[in-house]
Amino acid sequence: MTIGQAKRSWSARFVVLIPYVWLLALFLAPFAIVAKISLSQTALAQPPYQPLLDLAAGWHGLKDFAAHLSFDNYAMLGSDWLYWLSYLKSLQVAAISTIILLIIGYPMAYGMARASRRLQPMLVMLVVLPFWTSFLIRVYAWINILQHDGLLNEALLRLYLIDAPVAWLASDTAIYIGVVYSYLPFMVLPLYATLEKMDHTLLEAAADLGCPRWKSFWRVTVPLSLPGVAAGALLCFIPICGEFVIPDLLGGSETLMIGQTLWTEFFSNRDWPVASAIAVALLGLLLVPIVFYERLQQRAIEGTR
Amino acid sequence: MAGGAADKPVLVRFDGVVKRFGVVTAVDRVTLDIAQGEFFALLGPSGCGKTTLLRMLAGFETPSEGEILISGHEISAVPPHKRPVNMMFQSYALFPHLTVEGNIGFGLRQEKVGRAEIAVRVEDMLALVRLKGYGKRRIDQLSGGQRQRVALARALIKKPRVLLLDEPLAALDKKLRAETQFELMELQRKLGTTFVIVTHDQEEAMIVADRIAVMDQGRLAQVGKPSEIYERPNSRWIADFIGEVSLIEGTVSQTDTIATALGPLLIEESAAKAGDKVCLALRPEKIRLSEQRPAGLEINALAGTVHEIGYRGDISLYKVRLADRSLMKVALANIGGPPPFAVNDVVWLSWAPTAGVVLTR
Repeated sequence: MTIGQAKRSWSARFVVLIPYVWLLALFLAPFAIVAKISLSQTALAQPPYQPLLDLAAGWHGLKDFAAHLSFDNYAMLGSDWLYWLSYLKSLQVAAISTIILLIIGYPMAYGMARASRRLQPMLVMLVVLPFWTSFLIRVYAWINILQHDGLLNEALLRLYLIDAPVAWLASDTAIYIGVVYSYLPFMVLPLYATLEKMDHTLLEAAADLGCPRWKSFWRVTVPLSLPGVAAGALLCFIPICGEFVIPDLLGGSETLMIGQTLWTEFFSNRDWPVASAIAVALLGLLLVPIVFYERLQQRAIEGTR
Repeated sequence: MAGGAADKPVLVRFDGVVKRFGVVTAVDRVTLDIAQGEFFALLGPSGCGKTTLLRMLAGFETPSEGEILISGHEISAVPPHKRPVNMMFQSYALFPHLTVEGNIGFGLRQEKVGRAEIAVRVEDMLALVRLKGYGKRRIDQLSGGQRQRVALARALIKKPRVLLLDEPLAALDKKLRAETQFELMELQRKLGTTFVIVTHDQEEAMIVADRIAVMDQGRLAQVGKPSEIYERPNSRWIADFIGEVSLIEGTVSQTDTIATALGPLLIEESAAKAGDKVCLALRPEKIRLSEQRPAGLEINALAGTVHEIGYRGDISLYKVRLADRSLMKVALANIGGPPPFAVNDVVWLSWAPTAGVVLTR
């Protein structure tokens, strides 16, 4: 009996360990390597930075290695406008896109949640359907739609909404179109999940107590869907901040998002330390909304008790 | 419609109300008056249409046919948020994102009532439902009984003409339910508001209500005071649905006698004519049990053997097998001392002619 219990608790502990092992191997370890590189200097070598950690040299080698680490790269990030602008551009694109996503996604999710039970699985599938095609291919498809003689211009010309083709590509508008299109499912699904499980009698109660429909939407539905709004907004905001493919393929060259800057540093300039510093700083920046979300969830968990 | 509504002015009138959901008729030609200040119960088994009737009064369903009037005004076209009725929901439907105060004051905030006045009236309501000091609590910090009282306060704060209660006590345990029934009655007397309660619990309906409408398959089966429905059921179905009853089939031979398989039985004079097939309904507590044949009684006295005894604390329910193998239920109050009869004892059942009810349908 006691042996069985001990065994069970050991296996239970093992199950609990799995996510930690996962985090350690796939997040913390690579992050430590990136953080280490961000403290090095560029060098014309293979790999293109130094100092290198030589464990064979023992304690002396470790001390020597530590002495050569510096925060110069971070100081450089702070002093050069290029990086500031890139970060700000990323935050701007992410913030505006998230707001647009919310404006489009909320009515979609609301409509899905209020549709008949039989229809709902199909609607969810339709939202997920784009994932069946590669993300990259879908963004390339937008080039076709947005280019000078693309579908969009042709349609607008035929409808006499414009007189001459508009240059959609290589503009912020194209970035927003691409981002909103790509991230819509990540906004709709968490919103749908919270709206779908909302108790319909709450709306009846609101009506009974004197709320017309539009008012009970604002007084009851919206406040109760806030956890879904937060989840959807973060699920979109955070990855959009680090987005590289969409601005690179659809955006212009005058301002770069931080993902593009990082790419340039890494591949064009072969400056691994600066690229690493950019990545670490971006993570630090994104920690703010994540911590905020964590707090919100904590409150929600306490609320259900 | 019979049953004592005449002495007070009519507040709610259902006039030939029909509600169909697709091919199902949930409410079938219901005509019913509810008087001002009455505590009215809609009683029936699940699926009988009582909740649909209540929801039509609240405005969540529209009648397929017929009219619903409040104080003489047709209200079918009035949306729920403009009706002078408030509802207490079976699930309570309290807003989880608001505090107790927020929930109770919700109805007033929709009416542009000043903050100060809302605060005062919410405090009054908290005192009324004995929840003083709980105003700042969140809903998930309350027990089931406290939530029930918040829901009641929230529905009462707008001083509705009619308070609708949809199975308001179903989620409470038995003891709390019994207490709350008396609280509801006290509250209703104090406020003078018309209460309409939907319940499937016949005991609850009889305790709280001034009048009961028993519903079956969308129709009104009987409307009347609790005592009328219990003592004078108008059909076998009602007699069987409300409380315990034994039914004896027979044919009317004279105006005061029916012929049955157990011999002739004396009845109160009834409207049934000689030759009519009828059914005599006898409540268990109206039958006497004795060891010997009661002296001086020629009929309405039957011999049998005790088949089963169900002990219920306050009473014991005896099932007695009669000569024709049928079972009769007899209730004896447990007044102390050893049980008077045991299983397989031979006993005599007797009752007064006025104890039974002759049912023609």
